[in-house]
Amino acid sequence: MTRNILEFEKPIFELEKKIDEMRKLESSLNISDEINNLEDKVEQLKKSVFANLTRWQRVQLARHPERPYTKDYLHMITENFVELHGDRAYKDDKAIVGGFATIDDQKVMIIGHQKGRDTKSNLYRNFGMPNPEGYRKALRLMKLAEKFNKPIITLLDTPGAYPGIKAEENGQAEAIARNLFEMSRLKVPIIVVVIGEGASGGALGLGVGDRILMLENTWYSVISPESCSSILWRSWDFKEQAAEALKLTAPDLLEQGIIDRIVPEPLGGAHNDPDTMAETLKATLLEEIKILRKIKPDKLIDMRLHKFGNMGVYSE
Amino acid sequence: MKWFKRSKNNFSTTSIKREVPDGQWIKCDTCNEIIHVKQMEANSFVCEKCGYHFRIGSKEYIDILLDKNSFKELDKKMKSGDPLEFVDTKNYKDRIRDTIKKTGLNDAVATGVGKINGRKVAFACMDFRFIGGSMGSVVGEKIARAIDKAYQQKIPMIIISQSGGARMMEGAFSLMQMAKTSARLARLADAKLPFISILTDPTTGGTTASYAMLGDINIAEPDALIGFAGPRVIKQTIGKDLPKGFQKSEFLLEHGFVDFIVKRTELKQKLDDVLSYLNQDAN
Repeated sequence: MTRNILEFEKPIFELEKKIDEMRKLESSLNISDEINNLEDKVEQLKKSVFANLTRWQRVQLARHPERPYTKDYLHMITENFVELHGDRAYKDDKAIVGGFATIDDQKVMIIGHQKGRDTKSNLYRNFGMPNPEGYRKALRLMKLAEKFNKPIITLLDTPGAYPGIKAEENGQAEAIARNLFEMSRLKVPIIVVVIGEGASGGALGLGVGDRILMLENTWYSVISPESCSSILWRSWDFKEQAAEALKLTAPDLLEQGIIDRIVPEPLGGAHNDPDTMAETLKATLLEEIKILRKIKPDKLIDMRLHKFGNMGVYSE
Repeated sequence: MKWFKRSKNNFSTTSIKREVPDGQWIKCDTCNEIIHVKQMEANSFVCEKCGYHFRIGSKEYIDILLDKNSFKELDKKMKSGDPLEFVDTKNYKDRIRDTIKKTGLNDAVATGVGKINGRKVAFACMDFRFIGGSMGSVVGEKIARAIDKAYQQKIPMIIISQSGGARMMEGAFSLMQMAKTSARLARLADAKLPFISILTDPTTGGTTASYAMLGDINIAEPDALIGFAGPRVIKQTIGKDLPKGFQKSEFLLEHGFVDFIVKRTELKQKLDDVLSYLNQDAN
């Protein structure tokens, strides 16, 4: 398998490759000290690279083709996942997956955007860009969770809701709006986690909840850096600046008071150690559910209303 | 036969200046009819000849729809902050300041309470002139508070949308206004109070994907562009030309997303008709 290496990951990757090569020679040569040295060096390099990521680099990490997606987390975190399909009106959208699952002993409804790994699966998943039927499926599942008193977890990872003819004909805007409206008054806890890309309304359509979390190397904003660049700078070339200007990383959103918590990623990013990432996420989710479970539904809805009500900066 | 040879350029719809020097006459964008300002005002800024709806702002809508002097504006002084210290080709702060100066508006929505044929309503109307009618913190907060007013006073909520979508320069804050306003509308709906959404040209992006599509009744003005993604983006994505009439009011009606299309000249009467049904009276 050829690995996908981002530009700023290259020096790390080169060193790791060298270590691997040296290991092969270890049995015939006495070079274990040198290997240890190099390993320390890699660790140091990783730490310094990942401690100084630019916003654009985080966007790239959020899109890393080897990053765990919704189904990977379902596999790593849950048991007995029962996938449920279709919006009961038109279609089953493959860009959103959802169903009942069990995390330890906690039964939940999990819904998330789903990207593909290669060309074929990406076409099948429409690159994680949902159509209206995807949002309607998600809402159907959320209402099912409400009916049977199960907490809802949504995993956000989309480059945006699909901009197509059929999507407009079938009411992309209405589908997203309806989800915002209904999610704001669901009687069960909702935990939202941005696991990759949180692009605008396409992400928010699954994003109204009681606790909003972001994995450390993800982004969430009103528009992608590329589109922002094309509109405000009238060119695609200013994506780095746009990413800086949009302040779209997890630390940014925590500071803005929009998210509640950052879920730390293993050194080198979630793709570097998916198992550790999944473990951390699992522990975090269980912790959050435990807290939210204690709050009465009316209070929960009231808190949710005020949570989003408090977002915004203005003067009077 | 000299008129026969007249240059075609004279018939161009684009090369002609819209405003005639003394400011009293305006040329219709569609049919080129020259209309006196007073006459146009009297006809709700609709061309009498071809029915073209001129784009108008909150002030004009208030005059057209609400009973004379009934409108009490809320949160008039609310202004945008600059939470991200956003800079593109221009500082957001400067952009806001300049737009306020140019338009005489403080942001892209006016909200308040007023009366429609004696019936009290909470009312919000967007202004496309203010940074493309984009929704940032101020638009979201003012609309949320107007909905609260409707909720507290148990009166209907009416929102006129006219917007390119969420405002980029406030990043995630703008995005969250969609959730903020939709949540307030859900509470209003739980209290069984009516919400009427009026969609005018253009209503796209995050505005459509939140309150504009959530009316008990969705009403569109004729020939308005209404959609989620803008036509340019869709064309770019699919690499094909878009069908004629795509994302226009008539298209939305055909696909089931607006209840009806109404001419601006008949809008007030139609609102009155609809509102007369949207209450808990047994008769």
